[in-house]
Amino acid sequence: MSEVLALDGISKSFGALRVARDVSLVLQTGARHALIGPNGAGKTTLVNLISGLLKPSSGRIRLAGSDITTASPERRVALGLARTFQISSLFPQLTVAENVGLALAGRHRHDGRMLGFLRRNADIVDGAATLLARMGLLGLAALPVSDLPYGQRRLVEIALVLALEPKLLLLDEPAAGLASSDRALVVDLLLRLPEDLTILIIEHDMSVVFRLARRITVLVEGAILTEGDPQAIRGDARVRDVYLGARTHG
Amino acid sequence: MLKLTATVLALLVDGISYGMILFLMSVGLTITLGVMRIANLAHCGFAMVGGYIGYALATQAGLGLGLSLPLAAAATMLLGLALERTLFRWVYAVSELKQILMTIGLAFVMIASVNALFGSNMNTVPVPALLAGTLTLGFLSLSTYRFFIVLVSTAIAVCLWLVLEHTDYGARLRAAVDNPRMARCIGIDVPRLFAGTFALGCGLAAVAGVLGSQFLPLEPWYALEYLVPVLLVVAVGGLGSMKGSFYAALLLGVIDTFGRYYIPAAGAFVIYLVVLAALLWRPQGVFARA
Amino acid sequence: MPDQAARSAVRDAFARHRLSWLDALPWLAAALVYVLLPHYLALATQVMIMIAFALALDLALGYGGIATLGHAAFFGIGAYAAGLYALKISGEPISGLLVAAVAAGLAGIASGALILRTRGLTLVTLTLAIATMLHEFANSWKSLTGGADGLYGFRIAPVLGRFPFDLFGRTGFLYAAAVLACLFFLSKALVNSPFGLTMRGIRDNPVRMRMLGVPVKRRLITLYAISAAVAGIAGGLSAQVTKLVGLDSLAFSLSGNVLVMLILGGTGSLYGAFLGATAFVVLSDRAAAVSPFHWLFALGILLILAVRYAPQGLAGLLADAARGLMKRMRRA
Repeated sequence: MSEVLALDGISKSFGALRVARDVSLVLQTGARHALIGPNGAGKTTLVNLISGLLKPSSGRIRLAGSDITTASPERRVALGLARTFQISSLFPQLTVAENVGLALAGRHRHDGRMLGFLRRNADIVDGAATLLARMGLLGLAALPVSDLPYGQRRLVEIALVLALEPKLLLLDEPAAGLASSDRALVVDLLLRLPEDLTILIIEHDMSVVFRLARRITVLVEGAILTEGDPQAIRGDARVRDVYLGARTHG
Repeated sequence: MLKLTATVLALLVDGISYGMILFLMSVGLTITLGVMRIANLAHCGFAMVGGYIGYALATQAGLGLGLSLPLAAAATMLLGLALERTLFRWVYAVSELKQILMTIGLAFVMIASVNALFGSNMNTVPVPALLAGTLTLGFLSLSTYRFFIVLVSTAIAVCLWLVLEHTDYGARLRAAVDNPRMARCIGIDVPRLFAGTFALGCGLAAVAGVLGSQFLPLEPWYALEYLVPVLLVVAVGGLGSMKGSFYAALLLGVIDTFGRYYIPAAGAFVIYLVVLAALLWRPQGVFARA
Repeated sequence: MPDQAARSAVRDAFARHRLSWLDALPWLAAALVYVLLPHYLALATQVMIMIAFALALDLALGYGGIATLGHAAFFGIGAYAAGLYALKISGEPISGLLVAAVAAGLAGIASGALILRTRGLTLVTLTLAIATMLHEFANSWKSLTGGADGLYGFRIAPVLGRFPFDLFGRTGFLYAAAVLACLFFLSKALVNSPFGLTMRGIRDNPVRMRMLGVPVKRRLITLYAISAAVAGIAGGLSAQVTKLVGLDSLAFSLSGNVLVMLILGGTGSLYGAFLGATAFVVLSDRAAAVSPFHWLFALGILLILAVRYAPQGLAGLLADAARGLMKRMRRA
């Protein structure tokens, strides 16, 4: 058990707008941690800060012991970080196999290789075959992603990030916009992920949160309201108020 | 000292008038690119067509500038509307490369047509006697015509700014530039807005073609010749920013004029170096909103 | 261990760009031209030079998504480098092409490092600015480039020491065909490599590529440099075959023409370069002989109609036709 992710007083402002206020968080190996809060609380901003698409105004971030506060996204991925996006971020004109293949090429540092055919690259072909078979996506291997319905695209994105064999997985609303059958599939998949993989998940769907998370942080207007296990959060009146709106006076 | 001041001021007027013509030619393109997101490489073709119509009206129909200018602008606006309804509708939803291909094709058709009708010689819209000659203000001697261009262009720029900032149409246009999809969702009649804006852009380009023909002479390759400076203005000014293209056009016009005068060997170079530096410093456009 | 079926499914999905029997067709056509149309060898050579140039542009634009209106800069650098090499150092052609490739490739690295951090209209404008500056530069530095007169009077030695350039253009044709073949098969290999997939990924979604740990800017500069080197070889070829280098090899019109050729033929498939360049060069040669402005008018109409009715370019039309034919054959 060791520290995989540590946020230390992370703050971010866009001019006068403060989107993250002094956020601190520690995730140990194998954590199943959820980040919840009302719309506009700054959850996706926090994920952008952790993944490196935004740089914090103050505070420090550590990933597996290394300080990544000013590191580029590429460097963070090399250190074991992977993320999904709220709207699945894939390669629309490429096939499912090519999408996963790209992740594998990145993982094995083959993405710059000009000699040798892709289809003869054992690492990439075997890796893609194993992963797609495991996730039941083999039948879709030759289809361009743009031809797939939304639910299947979500699955492909999860396959993509798993191909990176990350240490820390950031999931930005993985169940959003899915029909209930697809949602069950995704949750099932997430439950079967390796125990030593550390997961931080943003979600609005409380049923998903309570099934997956062992610890929950509640974010409101960029600051942490409270943190605790699912039982504690469920019973916390402040959390209820934040979601349902504080009772009006009188 | 006096002579230097006189030279500098004369160059300034030259540069500003050139810049103003560039602005009139570019403002339509920056709005088209910004609002309609269409890569319209035929834009200078409308300036050319407008210029030639003005030329024909002035020389063959004997109309003065006062009539031929607005008539040329109106005719070009009608042409623009007609083409927008037909050709441009085809390419709203396709990739930028396809738009480039179609609009280059349109430019070729314009070039060939103009050559068939007017030949390949250079033509200019004659300057009316009233505006010919020079204005003497003390020690200064400025071309009256260039001064007139600066006045007219400034008036047009001010009108555009007033329309943009203080009318319903302007507000809708600004909304569509900021977020076309959202604009549609809140009930803005986007097709109508596009058509009107496109026509306006063509009309302004036509004015540039007619007024500017004295130093940007009309000839068949005009449509592609001046595409390069116009693209420079649009990029430096920032996509969709009328104010941006105004400042960028003035800046580039003045720098180009001074550059060519003081460093004849490398004069043309100067403007490209400036653009390179400007865009590397602020890729979204030097004068674009942050 | 994944089973054979899974592996072959994945391999098939990776093999969309592999060589097929169709790839023999252009060379068949070239052989036919050599045998049946000996008076048109010069034109055919010109076509092959433009195909090579369009191929270079397809690598940058079709596979990498790098929009450029200034690719003639690299063609011109290659042409002038090959011409100067032949004038001042040696008339040996193959080393001349290597010099052209290196010169253009270095220029690609330098300008790529400078401008590839931008995208869209800004990038296009920067490529335009650089190409125009180069054109002005060549125009002014008369002692190096010959200015408006250009470079001429250099002699090209026999290819491989055995095949001298003849008046009928036979050696020129075969030389250009051989060079084009090499460039094509190398490009094919590049597209089928992991790097090829990376470039298409960058074209489709650069942010996602960063989140896969790929150094996007470095890869873009590499592709741009390769594309520049190939364009430089095309320029060098032009210099060696025509024994002339002029300012038109750096002109905006050349950049525009090759872009039109490629979009007309279809980007992202390498075949578009063949179809588009052939159609454009042949038509412009035949039609321009009749009347240059009528040709321009016809070309303009062709482009407008192509956008409306051939969304994937000529290559797309042909692919659709081939697919339709195969469907009908299967039913019969």
